Amino acid sequence: MQAARHGQSVEEIELQLLLEAIYRHYGFDFRNYALSSLRRRVRDFIRLQHVESISVLQDRILRDRTWLDRFVHALSVNVSSMFRDPDFYRTFRKEVVPFLKTYPFIRFWLAGISMGEEVYSLAILLQEEGIYDRCRIYATDINDSVLKTAKEGIYPIESMQMYTNNYIKAGGIRTFSDYYTAAYDRALLKASLQNNVVFAQHNLASDSSFNEFHVILCRNVMIYFNKDLQAHVHDLLHQSLMMFGILGLGARETIRFSPHEHDYEEVDGASKLYRRIM
Amino acid sequence: MSFQFVAIGTSLGGFRALQIVLGGLPRDLPLPVAVVQHRSPDDSDALASLLASYTQMPVTEIEDKEPIQSGHIYICPSNYHVLVDGAHFALSTDAPVLHARPSIDMFFESAADSFADRVIGILLTGMSKDGTAGLKRIKQRGGYAVVQDPAGAEGRMMPEAAIGSVAVDRILALGDIAPLLVELCAGQRTEV
Repeated sequence: MQAARHGQSVEEIELQLLLEAIYRHYGFDFRNYALSSLRRRVRDFIRLQHVESISVLQDRILRDRTWLDRFVHALSVNVSSMFRDPDFYRTFRKEVVPFLKTYPFIRFWLAGISMGEEVYSLAILLQEEGIYDRCRIYATDINDSVLKTAKEGIYPIESMQMYTNNYIKAGGIRTFSDYYTAAYDRALLKASLQNNVVFAQHNLASDSSFNEFHVILCRNVMIYFNKDLQAHVHDLLHQSLMMFGILGLGARETIRFSPHEHDYEEVDGASKLYRRIM
Repeated sequence: MSFQFVAIGTSLGGFRALQIVLGGLPRDLPLPVAVVQHRSPDDSDALASLLASYTQMPVTEIEDKEPIQSGHIYICPSNYHVLVDGAHFALSTDAPVLHARPSIDMFFESAADSFADRVIGILLTGMSKDGTAGLKRIKQRGGYAVVQDPAGAEGRMMPEAAIGSVAVDRILALGDIAPLLVELCAGQRTEV
């Protein structure tokens, strides 16, 4: 955290005290989250929950665990969609899958899984490539209730149109509607997509490496962290990735500003897939 | 008063408007200029290179945690919100705001949070009310607000909404915006 200085706004002081209080009392460390996004989420949270100020929120969180859970949920829910950035999946299919096929058993780590959209997108791709039975996907998130939702594999039916378009652009070889059953206003994904998925809670800020992986996807998760925490997470991912393993980032994320810039090479120019070479 | 950041927001008709505004800027403008233009989620990354051919300043599409540098034009990527995070840009995939991702309000508000009264916010053509709340925040923090004259705007709604509820500093035709920026930062030198 930044050293204290005079002239900070009341909101800024309250925000930093809140994060410090949560860390000291509960051990959840949001102190190195990107302040711009965090500030906005905290403002939205106190408005929607009708809390008068961040100081009042701090009081409630410190004395009532249920307020902490609600707050952590609000800070850690990310929005995604199936086959977001179709080019990423297209390149993955073309450039990474042939390499994976040379292994008898393949371990994936999806770190920060939103509502599971990416987990199921990957499972579909691996099924279509005929290697899903040899794969295990470790799907982790800091947020317990997010994991529960992800496990259900249920999405609003109105999202299916967009997911179908993405699926086609991503190089899908079947029909997207083969993968879900529509019921009222919801779509339930096929249970077999979950066969080789292990859902688990993991905190990128404080937990350590738990295996060595062939592929790690951590897309649009670190955008919510500041540069210090990003560097820490890049250490963790690098440590958890086997030599020549593949790291996938979000479309506008880069390892250019990270300490591991030179430990990877790009799989292709634009897709944000990197191969570990050091 | 010395400014540190120029934030431009636009929607429908923005590409043509930006050609004129960015095209009028000198190569050595001692300020960073960042643009949020509403775009389709699956838009390609061609917008920055297209705009680059109309201006002498370097133009690139923003990447997460990219440092903000003077003399540079930054263009928002599609399907992300753009926030100013201290001396860097930060991206977000939060839900769209007023149906928009990128959201001009989020961008302007974060610019006001980071740069307070050192921000010049400029709202151009568009058929949306995005940008009004953000411009209001810029004014609350003591920044400077410029809105395109709706009379000449392809989309009048966005500039009119802002003029209707924010005490803007200037309402200008497109061709007068770049000269105003040059005037506002006269005497400032490029910080590296």
